[in-house]
Amino acid sequence: MADMTLTLKIWRQKDRKSPGKFVTYTVENVSEHMSFLEMMDVLNEQLIKKGEDVVEFDNDCREGICGMCSLVINGRPHGQEHGTATCQLHMRKFKDGDIIVVEPWRAAAFPVLKDLAVDRTAFDRIMAAGGYTSINVGGAQDANAIPIAKRASDEAMDAASCIGCGACVAACPNASASLFVAAKISQLALLPQGQIERRRRAANMVAQMDKEGFGDCSNHAECEAVCPKEISITHIARMKREYFKAMALGE
Amino acid sequence: MKLDSKIPEGPLAEKWDKHRFKLKLVNPANKRKYNIIVVGTGLAGASAAASLAELGYHVKNFCIQDSPRRAHSIAAQGGINAAKNYPNDGDSIWRLFYDTIKGGDYRSREANVYRLAQVSNNIIDQGVAQGIPFAREYGGLLDNRSFGGAQVSRTFYARGQTGQQLLLGAYSSLMRQVAKKQVQLITRTEMLDLILVDGKAVGITTRNLITGEIATHMADAVVIATGGYGNVYYLSTNAKNSNATAAWRCYKRGAAFANPCFTQIHPTCIPFSGDYQSKLTLMSESLRNDGRVWVPKKRGDDRAPNDIPEDERDYYLESRYPSFGNLVPRDVASRNAKDVVDDGRGVGPSKVAVYLDFADSINRLGENVIREKYGNLFDMYERIIDENPYKTPMMIYPAVHYTMGGLWVDYNLMSNIPGLFVLGEANFSDHGANRLGASALMQGLADGYFVIPYTIGDYLATNKATKVPSSHHAIEESVALVHDKMDKLLYIKGEKTSTEFHRELGKIMWEYVGMARDEAGLNKALEEIPKLRDEFWQNVRVSSDKNLMNKDLEFTGRIADFLELGELMARDALERNESCGGHFRLESQTDEGEAKRKDDEYAFVSAWEYKGEGKKPALHKEKLVFDNVELTQRSYK
Ligand SMILES: Cc1cc2nc3c(=O)[nH]c(=O)nc-3n(C[C@H](O)[C@H](O)[C@H](O)COP(=O)(O)OP(=O)(O)OC[C@H]3O[C@@H](n4cnc5c(N)ncnc54)[C@H](O)[C@@H]3O)c2cc1C
Ligand code: SF4
Ligand code: FES
Repeated sequence: MADMTLTLKIWRQKDRKSPGKFVTYTVENVSEHMSFLEMMDVLNEQLIKKGEDVVEFDNDCREGICGMCSLVINGRPHGQEHGTATCQLHMRKFKDGDIIVVEPWRAAAFPVLKDLAVDRTAFDRIMAAGGYTSINVGGAQDANAIPIAKRASDEAMDAASCIGCGACVAACPNASASLFVAAKISQLALLPQGQIERRRRAANMVAQMDKEGFGDCSNHAECEAVCPKEISITHIARMKREYFKAMALGE
Repeated sequence: MKLDSKIPEGPLAEKWDKHRFKLKLVNPANKRKYNIIVVGTGLAGASAAASLAELGYHVKNFCIQDSPRRAHSIAAQGGINAAKNYPNDGDSIWRLFYDTIKGGDYRSREANVYRLAQVSNNIIDQGVAQGIPFAREYGGLLDNRSFGGAQVSRTFYARGQTGQQLLLGAYSSLMRQVAKKQVQLITRTEMLDLILVDGKAVGITTRNLITGEIATHMADAVVIATGGYGNVYYLSTNAKNSNATAAWRCYKRGAAFANPCFTQIHPTCIPFSGDYQSKLTLMSESLRNDGRVWVPKKRGDDRAPNDIPEDERDYYLESRYPSFGNLVPRDVASRNAKDVVDDGRGVGPSKVAVYLDFADSINRLGENVIREKYGNLFDMYERIIDENPYKTPMMIYPAVHYTMGGLWVDYNLMSNIPGLFVLGEANFSDHGANRLGASALMQGLADGYFVIPYTIGDYLATNKATKVPSSHHAIEESVALVHDKMDKLLYIKGEKTSTEFHRELGKIMWEYVGMARDEAGLNKALEEIPKLRDEFWQNVRVSSDKNLMNKDLEFTGRIADFLELGELMARDALERNESCGGHFRLESQTDEGEAKRKDDEYAFVSAWEYKGEGKKPALHKEKLVFDNVELTQRSYK
């Protein structure tokens, strides 16, 4: 396939406080083998040479695992491809002449830092509220002391695959972080090691999520549809059960 | 410069226990009076920060990314070794030690490697207690698989996301300490210099990557856990933010840099496809458990892989290395791939690739079993190459992956600068000239959870904290240096982007300091790198705002450092006129073309001392003594 020429409408915003706007750019010579971020690199190389400011966008591993990349592409967090993070999206999914709209995650709890990069530290604070087992280094018993059913372990692993990207929040009409929070609560609720602090964890993590300004979950399931790791909303159901038990029975 | 490895006396198996007993302790009530800086939140940094905070120290923990959980460790796929011997297949601490020393081609310290093997089991215990969902068998016990360079199954894994799960475990312990205010987390911040007072490490100078603010942070000890420098080659399997800057700044402040030329080229990566490419993607080595590596026997064979009959395929690893077959160590597998490609038998559009074929395993075990084990890797491959690896063999080729070299440390993981400790991939300690698969995760966590908590206490207990006034000239000098470098870069306003320079540097490094090296090539690199560096300082163009988020400026600063480090790597490679592990000198091979060590001349660690701008660095040699293993020419036949 011949190289493509694309029109990009990109959200530009100087910093957290400044207002932003869309700016239109043309990128030529885009090969179908490029990843979406490599196409963005080409644009930035052009901007540097012209003496203009580069478009900031977060990325690191470019393998779909660090959770750093975060673009809304044509209205959809991480773009059209199911179960795929932005960095794994390839240009063969686009065609010559396409107009592509690129925006940052939009949510009150994720303020824009510059252009397409947002502040997701709210997720860290939710984790700090209880996303762990309280054991210090040194006292752990032998790893095989407690057998764990493969099914439970596998399901915990499904939940634990969450990369903390925040696409679920960006996709949710209420900007709820439920899928992210549920993934951690569910992982630990499924494993024997997570039992002791189970209720406390659910209560504290959900409280922190509310405090950060994320909305409630009203079962739209948009989160599951965009999640690059295909985390299932059944984990949200489990989180809700955990939370209600915590509220009803106390810690 | 004096390099004292501080290896404890006594029998190998007792060294660590005896040493721990001798180390001075800081009493619990006093611990909170100490401040420790930990730079990096990968496996090494996060585990160190969490464990030190658990002990009661005050920790400031820095990283480049927006969250500790994003550190490059997150991308490790295959697994982590431990000497648990759960499968009852003959493993032991001694065997893990032996395999690691041998795998490293006898260029690491016996004492360090033995300690690593000793604490390996605790790491798995700790991980399970944190709620890491390691793979399990139907009976509910932990599953193991095998990795290159070992004939036992000792690798624990969590699907193809072992690094992610281990890092999230360490991160969760870290966040627990953040909640307790034992750790102050400082993200999106880059360390740009080390501050020394009276020859001791007492602080760092940083740049806030959102506001551009330059600040200094002071502490009683500084721990560097900033990862490896594989990105010096431009294309590598490392994350985009992986860099050498923190370690390089320490080097320029007097820390010795050890074995810089020891780089690992990983045999199973997705091949290079074009100039726009920003990184290479690893396909975990665990795939070699079930995949068979081959190329056509005939040169320039253009048939589709499935059209090439069995007897016209060369399963070259199986035929050359009957006892290890597809599971030979990485350096051996990589070099053999280069050999067959150089012989004109490469495959794929570029002809710079070999096949990794799963057809036999799929026939034997069923597609479901293969999907269960490697599903996410296969998906990743398909996304990038647009071919279904369940049906068509994968194409793979070696790529730069890991750096065994790093800052020199003693047995306590302290550099030659008092108070400066170095952990994880950033140090040189345990892997010699070649790292075995699944042992970087082990080392990072061993360093952070089980070594530094003991050894740093000894330093703090025996070194009185120096109170440094904020007006101290060392602080001012460091801040000025950081500002100067940035202003200089911004002032140039040249014609080429830093990425263009980085790509050129990468080509020089790959060509002359890559999988096969020789004197002429290394001398060429030593000519070309300084030339490129000079051009860089006259002709680079950087996106201009230093008071806003500006990744181009960040990266340009790192590339400036790579342009210096690359030269040191070439120099080290030239100096070491033997082949060992990942360092293959064409001048030094056996009759069969395998790496030939020269133990009489080169059984030492090369430790380089910075001598100032434009001056040749000085080489110091730490002799390696082997009392417990016999040095043999490695053979995987
Ligand atoms: C694709 C891939 C797969 C791998 N798979 C395996 C495997 O299966 N098994 C195995 O054992 N090993 C594997 N490895 C190797 C292993 O992942 C790494 O060696 C290891 O994770 C390094 O950990 P670390 O803590 O030393 O550094 P990293 O995880 O690289 O962390 C570095 C940290 O330092 C911070 N940092 C860096 N510079 C600065 C600075 N100047 N200022 C502030 N912060 C800074 C970063 O933000 C980050 O937090 C793999 C490596 C790759 C590339
Ligand atoms: S649940 Fe999915 S979308 Fe949400 S943060 Fe995790 S990986 Fe991203
Ligand atoms: S850059 Fe790491 S997930 Fe996309």
